[in-house]
Amino acid sequence: MLTIQNLHAGIEGKKILNGINLDIKAGEVHAIMGPNGSGKSTLASVLAGRSDYEVLEGSAEFLGKDLLEMSPEQRAAEGLFLAFQYPVEIPGLNTVNFIKTAVNEIRKYRGEAPMDAVTFLKRMKEKMALVNIEQTLLSRSLNEGFSGGEKKRNEVFQMAMLEPRLAILDETDSGLDIDAIRTVSHGVNKLRNKDNAILVVTHYQRLLDYIVPDFVHVLYNGRIVKSGPKELALELEEKGYDFIKSENSVEAA
Amino acid sequence: MNTIDYFKERFDQIQPQDDHGSLDVLREHAFREFSQMGIPGTKNEEWKYTRVAGLFNKHFQLPVNPLTSSISAEELNAFRLPGFQQANELVFINGFYSFSLSRIQSPELRVMSLEEAAKNEFRENVAKWLGDSSQYIRDGIHALNTAFVHGAVYIHVTKGRQIEHPLYIYHITDARSVNILSQPRSLMMVSEGAQVKVAEHYATLGTSESFTNQVMEIILENESRLEYYKIQNDGSNTNQVNTTHIRQIGKSFSHTVTISLNGGLVRNNLNVVLDAKNCEAHLYGLYFQSGQSHIDNHTIVDNIKPNCLSNELYKGVLDDQATGVFNGKIFVRQAAQKTNAYQSNKNILLSDSSSVNAKPQLEIFADDVKCTHGCTVGKLNEEGLFYLQSRGISEKMARNLLLGAYVADILEQIKPDPLRAFVEKLIHQRLEKDLS
Repeated sequence: MLTIQNLHAGIEGKKILNGINLDIKAGEVHAIMGPNGSGKSTLASVLAGRSDYEVLEGSAEFLGKDLLEMSPEQRAAEGLFLAFQYPVEIPGLNTVNFIKTAVNEIRKYRGEAPMDAVTFLKRMKEKMALVNIEQTLLSRSLNEGFSGGEKKRNEVFQMAMLEPRLAILDETDSGLDIDAIRTVSHGVNKLRNKDNAILVVTHYQRLLDYIVPDFVHVLYNGRIVKSGPKELALELEEKGYDFIKSENSVEAA
Repeated sequence: MNTIDYFKERFDQIQPQDDHGSLDVLREHAFREFSQMGIPGTKNEEWKYTRVAGLFNKHFQLPVNPLTSSISAEELNAFRLPGFQQANELVFINGFYSFSLSRIQSPELRVMSLEEAAKNEFRENVAKWLGDSSQYIRDGIHALNTAFVHGAVYIHVTKGRQIEHPLYIYHITDARSVNILSQPRSLMMVSEGAQVKVAEHYATLGTSESFTNQVMEIILENESRLEYYKIQNDGSNTNQVNTTHIRQIGKSFSHTVTISLNGGLVRNNLNVVLDAKNCEAHLYGLYFQSGQSHIDNHTIVDNIKPNCLSNELYKGVLDDQATGVFNGKIFVRQAAQKTNAYQSNKNILLSDSSSVNAKPQLEIFADDVKCTHGCTVGKLNEEGLFYLQSRGISEKMARNLLLGAYVADILEQIKPDPLRAFVEKLIHQRLEKDLS
């Protein structure tokens, strides 16, 4: 589904990613872990098409198309979704109207007619139950005054409504207590199926207790330095990131 | 060239309005002031960023008699505000109140020429309040309007009455043959316990230039309530200096929304004088300008008496080479203890060549008050733009949604539904046009 080869990228002249290689297939859940500053969020941003990041080298192919050539909205319409670490508050923009616009813009891109109001409402009710989000929250301005947990649930709700092929969850657990992590994870797990894939970007192992990955990759200095099964996350939790750092400094020496 | 000599010649052509009574004395005094002050240049602190003097080189003709060539009701239809069928409509043509085109349906609303009011049972109101704004706006342009008070109107809202349907005031300038300077003038008394909603709309016929120099003075008595909307969406060949002056002389409520979407040079003076205990005033404004247009909002909130509340929020969006000015003065006089005064001005610049000069000015002489003010100037929220795009929304639509969201809290302040829908539609059309 997603094949990243030798990806180098940076921001404002500072190089952050130094040759990422990653292959994600339909039905898989991948976790990217790493210490602060290792490039986790940069990778998520570059894949979603944030314009202030600059790709210097390498390629990323998504469902057979060159991902890096596309605008952020094209990527979304092709089936990529980024759950933001810090969802943006937009006072004055009604949440439901926003989601309806997104759903129909993607349908337009795919040459489909706008979703009729009845179908939209039915689908909304269904997905609301999935992530345990209330109507009152959705009647408000987008993320305005939402708590940390509400914002993250709203991200997963949008993911449910847009039904992406690949969802990137950028530090979705940050700032959440354990109950909120459980609720959000429950929603994500319900959305897993054989046709879609999930890339979880996280600093801590705890989220992976709930969203269990098939593969864990350790990112350090902008490079994947170690990959393994889900047990790798537990090893990291136990030993801390220092063992990765020392291993890599030995390799470098 | 519109020299003082030109205006002197025009001034001398006006017949006395009230046999050299208060009205004529006021006019003569104002003309002397105009002659002394002239048209303000940019050295005048209040006109530093608004170059109005150049306009007077454009050979504007100031009509001293009502237009003889007729404007038909059909022509008027193009400018009417929604729900006009029920509304009370006041029409000014080239600055002169038109009896034939105006239509007052609410009996509680008494409308007459100012000359008549200066002689009948309302003469004391005219003598006392006409020209009240001159204490706050002291420049040659304001004096010029006062010098030419004729064809003006007096509006009286009867005591204890709520005017159900709005009062729509249309200012039409006929610039089909020459550049026209028009100077509408009105005085409105909202009597004790009365309530009224007013909306003003401006339109120019033809492609010559128009310059509207308008003054409206409004007095609010005890327990009265005013909603006042100003909608400016005229062409780039049109210019305006207009003053809305509200004095609240009893515990009363005012709510004003100034929407400026287009025009060449537009200067709005809005004064709210809180001259009684427990008054409340809300001042909202939205300017959304592109091309070469210039929009200047000068507001004054003068707290004279204790326990008053004022809340002011002006928002701007400027594109292309458009320029904006916001100057918000708040005075809190020594006696005005327990004043609550809030002011905020926010601006978004959509282009590199647009600009805004924002200046809050607080002068506080009382010690037990709460006053806050703030100004921001920035670009459209880039992070928000990416957020929307990452959900599959095109950049153009994402910009539209963000701008729509930005102006939403001002539009909410337009209480009558048809009027709000009308402005929303104008803004929607603008977004579609500007961003396509």
